Amino acid sequence: MITFILRRLLAFVPTLWLIATLSFFIVRLAPGGPFQSEKAIPPAAKAQLLHTYGLDRPLAEQYGRFLWNTVRGDFGVSYRYPNRRVSEIIGDGFRVSAELGAWALLFAVLVGVPLGVIAAVRQNRAEDYAVMGIALAGVSVPSFVLAPVLVLVFSLTLFWFPPALWSGPSSRVLPVLALSAAYISFIARLARAGMLEVLHMDFVRTARAKGLAEVVVVVKHALPIGILPVVSYLGPAAARVVTGSIVIEQVFSIPGLGRQLVGAAFNRDYTLVLGVVLFYAGLLLVLNLLVDLAYAWLDPRVELS
Amino acid sequence: MSIGLSPPATVAQPESAGPVRSLWSDAWRRLRRNRAALAAGVFLLFMCTFAALAPWIPLVQDPTAQNLALGATPPTWAHWFGTDDLGRDLFARVLYGGRISMLVGIVGTLVSLVVGVTWGAIAGYAGGRTDEAMMRVVDVLYSLPYLFLVIVLLVFFSRSLLMLFVALGLVQWLTMARIVRGQVLSLKSQMFVEAARALGAGDAAILGRHIVPNTLGPVIVYATLTIPAVVLQEAFLSFLGLGVQPPDASWGTLVADGARVLALFPWMVVFPGLALSLTLLAFNFLGDGLRDALDPQDHSDVN
Repeated sequence: MITFILRRLLAFVPTLWLIATLSFFIVRLAPGGPFQSEKAIPPAAKAQLLHTYGLDRPLAEQYGRFLWNTVRGDFGVSYRYPNRRVSEIIGDGFRVSAELGAWALLFAVLVGVPLGVIAAVRQNRAEDYAVMGIALAGVSVPSFVLAPVLVLVFSLTLFWFPPALWSGPSSRVLPVLALSAAYISFIARLARAGMLEVLHMDFVRTARAKGLAEVVVVVKHALPIGILPVVSYLGPAAARVVTGSIVIEQVFSIPGLGRQLVGAAFNRDYTLVLGVVLFYAGLLLVLNLLVDLAYAWLDPRVELS
Repeated sequence: MSIGLSPPATVAQPESAGPVRSLWSDAWRRLRRNRAALAAGVFLLFMCTFAALAPWIPLVQDPTAQNLALGATPPTWAHWFGTDDLGRDLFARVLYGGRISMLVGIVGTLVSLVVGVTWGAIAGYAGGRTDEAMMRVVDVLYSLPYLFLVIVLLVFFSRSLLMLFVALGLVQWLTMARIVRGQVLSLKSQMFVEAARALGAGDAAILGRHIVPNTLGPVIVYATLTIPAVVLQEAFLSFLGLGVQPPDASWGTLVADGARVLALFPWMVVFPGLALSLTLLAFNFLGDGLRDALDPQDHSDVN
């Protein structure tokens, strides 16, 4: 177990290095720079700026410094907001994004799993068709189409929830709903498929033969196994929530990490872009590791190797 | 870890008795019985033809002709989907947007198809160390947070359509390579390959003429599911302002434009959003139907 975790953590190193290198060179080799503006800057001042940020050094040296600083967890100072450190901005943005993402995932599981179980238990009946129909629509409507429609209906017509911003519980409802819709659908389909497989297994038949109530058979015996596909999907789902959150933050003007990334990219804020991309990469790797561990914990047959 | 298409257990066993039916006629028969998939296919065919021929259909107005005096109007008989805030006909804009969206979807998928099939076929056929090294590359690339690299790429380099094709295609080829490799591994030890080799066929001929054609079933299924994924990603990037640039418009940019004036002109988000969602829905139906038709053994619920 411990060796498995250590080995996986060790495998993070080349992956993170590759990402750091790729994004560093994309950012540096692109035309244009962070200090290009409509106003002409005096050459002396520009040279001073470049010197301050070490951009006048040879590329190899910049790359070396960047790697070394990254290893120490120091992403430097934002070019756009010189009085703020990149790690500070990431921290502030991530707190908001993490809250949004966690609510969305939680909501998706709490709604998606029961829907899937109901569909499986009532296979090929009205409930099943209803759930599967909703699920198919849910995966097909992109979140950035759903979000404006939700705003149109619930904020601009019914006035139930605020249309934007991130203050107070009622402002959470629409973004969480818009972000989680696709995962509700997907989780419902996975839970249904998983349950259908399990419900025909021998140990479920045994449980029924013992005379257990159907609810006990389904929830206590079948569900822990039938839910495995959902668990293994949570890693990719969390990864997709992270990216999906970018547009949701954009639609609702939420000050999360995704909005910071898009803003930083448009501002050519080198240090902030590199910091956010590396942070996201590390986050995704950790999420995937956690899912593997959860999988082994739920299903004793899975061996960690 | 990732939920991808698992390669089927067996591939097109030659039938020993009974009337000779090819995999394809069998699949076509099964597909025809699936009404949802068939309807989706017809819808997509109609949509693609209509969008592709849009410039030559007299009914469709010029999507760039502004009418500032008219401004944004709700749907009328003259403008079926209404007009946008510059007085441009929204029906025409949705159709022309569909041209770009579908083009990106299809070309992006073709890029992933060519790269993925070539990579996977060579890795699977070569086997041994070559296979291991090539698939290790795929594993490493899998773990990259692509979307962020694509965002960085699109922001710092020119935001051209070509860049978009390449970026989106490169995201998608990895799964294709895995599927094809799995197929090739199970195919290359089969009798008909041995027979071809005994007849003196070279590696390239065996791979190109005998093995790759037999992987087409799963490849077609996955490609059908890749097109909507690419269309969705293009819309996502365009929505953020990173994809298609004006004066071109795709469904993503149309939805983004509409979302900005949502309170005033809701039809500007509803119609492009509907077009995009229906197309994605149809591709999902068709993909599911094709999978059931071409790959009857595999019933795992993916995507």
